[in-house]
Amino acid sequence: MPFIPHTADDVTRMLEVIGADSIDDLFDEIPAALKTTPLKGVPPAMSEMQIGRLLTERALLDGRPLNFIGAGAYEHHIPAPVWAIATRGEFYSAYTPYQAEASQGTLQLIYEYQSMICALTGMEVSNASLYDGASGLAEGCLMAVRANRASNSRRILLPRDVNPTYGQVARAITGNQNIEFEMVDFDRRTGRLPLSALEAYSGQDFTALVVQQPNFFGNLEEVDELTDWAHANNVLVIAVVNPISLALLKPPGEWGGRLDGKPGADIVCGEGQPLGVPLASGGPYFGFMATRMQHVRQMPGRIVGRTADLEGRPGFSLTLQAREQHIRRSKATSNICTNQGLMVTAATIYMSLLGAEGLKRVAAASAERTADLVAALTRIAGVAAAFDTPRFHEAVLLLDRPAAPVLAALAARGISGGLDLCASYPELGNALLVCATETKLEADIEAYANALADVMRAARDVRGAA
Amino acid sequence: MSENVPDDLQYTKSHEWVRKLPSGQVEVGITHHAQESLGDLVFVEVPQTDRHVAAGEACAVVESVKAASDVYSPVSGRVVASNADLAQQPELLNQDPYGAGWLMRVELDATAPGSALLTAAEYAQTLDAAD
Repeated sequence: MPFIPHTADDVTRMLEVIGADSIDDLFDEIPAALKTTPLKGVPPAMSEMQIGRLLTERALLDGRPLNFIGAGAYEHHIPAPVWAIATRGEFYSAYTPYQAEASQGTLQLIYEYQSMICALTGMEVSNASLYDGASGLAEGCLMAVRANRASNSRRILLPRDVNPTYGQVARAITGNQNIEFEMVDFDRRTGRLPLSALEAYSGQDFTALVVQQPNFFGNLEEVDELTDWAHANNVLVIAVVNPISLALLKPPGEWGGRLDGKPGADIVCGEGQPLGVPLASGGPYFGFMATRMQHVRQMPGRIVGRTADLEGRPGFSLTLQAREQHIRRSKATSNICTNQGLMVTAATIYMSLLGAEGLKRVAAASAERTADLVAALTRIAGVAAAFDTPRFHEAVLLLDRPAAPVLAALAARGISGGLDLCASYPELGNALLVCATETKLEADIEAYANALADVMRAARDVRGAA
Repeated sequence: MSENVPDDLQYTKSHEWVRKLPSGQVEVGITHHAQESLGDLVFVEVPQTDRHVAAGEACAVVESVKAASDVYSPVSGRVVASNADLAQQPELLNQDPYGAGWLMRVELDATAPGSALLTAAEYAQTLDAAD
């Protein structure tokens, strides 16, 4: 059934009245090159049974690999109650209902979520979530340009050890807004952003500095020094953080402050997926964003506030809507004034069930597993750690041969061995980004180490024979 | 003119007013009619001091519970002061649009072209015409 409830007759009569030959004529002013055409090899329609069967077959081709890839999306154990509760009829909805008179439960949940994000990040105000971590950074950049009134530039310092996908998305979203990204190189030995790289820009006009903690390589940045440099140069700090890591690491709200006594990143964003959202190609995931009250009117997205009704009873409602596009039009803080309600519901339940202590245990176990993994893999001939820097739950390994065939051989043994970095970071050589969370047991790490040792040995034998 | 369109000020069609100060600088605000149409204001964003504004350029934002509007500078020049009280008390703009609710003071550009501002009578006429 079509979603437009007009009969063919209705349509013909309406077209007659306005003098158009077909519905397509109504879209004439859109250049043909911009219109979508059917994708090659994709049929226009299939029945539910057919499509179910096709996609099941395709999914089975993936097998059930033992996964050691992180790089922005992380496999964590999701307690069964999380989705059992999130999919209850009271919560389960494709569209978040915001009407205060009908949705006190949903609004309260989002309010609790915002409070938890504030507690995790050490910031003063959180929005109701964004699409994902990458678009969160793009929104953070747009917000920084609006919020930094001491800067007249639209230039942002983007270290190369920030997730390269995030950089691509930020460029795509801000592409027509004259925002310039200045790429800053990382230190080859430590795999993090050296203060000296920033000092080259001291005294120049930049709007913001992006700091990812832990960075894309899993390394811990010297966030206090970086934040203090930024603030001394009237540069806002946009922190990109992993929410699980915040259970152990210093929250961005406390970064720096040794110069002016006013610590803290200015804008915090990140990928919320690790908080109870399962891995899926392309999502849905959710992005989180928090800031200080000083900048609240520049923050995009929806914000739920706690208030009191005429009888003084507590209640919840959307607040600060005058920043949003249905009121502010082209001057809105964002064209994305929605949130990822269902994912946020799962994350809120996940955080509630684990509590601060549980989150700490997940974070600590993940860091420990990754340390074990790095130790086991670097015992293999031809495998070394790329950087000697404190890390969280991810690490870069250097191989003595290209990573792609090694990963293919591991995949044949049912192991997703990591992300090949050769396309994004050719200067690192044969680099592989690996990750182990609390879901990896000692036996899993041993299985990976044995498989990798075999693959490396087999390849060496072949080369020896040749 | 009525007390809602004081005679000693100049106006724009977009409902800003301009007062010439003895110093030669000018004071800028929005009219009684503008604040009445917007309703109770909850937030006013004033321009940064020292910023240069051009006539017709958006220089401030006034926000009520259900609407947000740009305020356009009626003149070209450098902002020498903006009304910091409005940050805490946006209602000043509703209560006293021609006094305590002023938005900014501007040092006019020396080269500014002759003003195309309306007199009180002309502005009052645009209001009548719109009714």
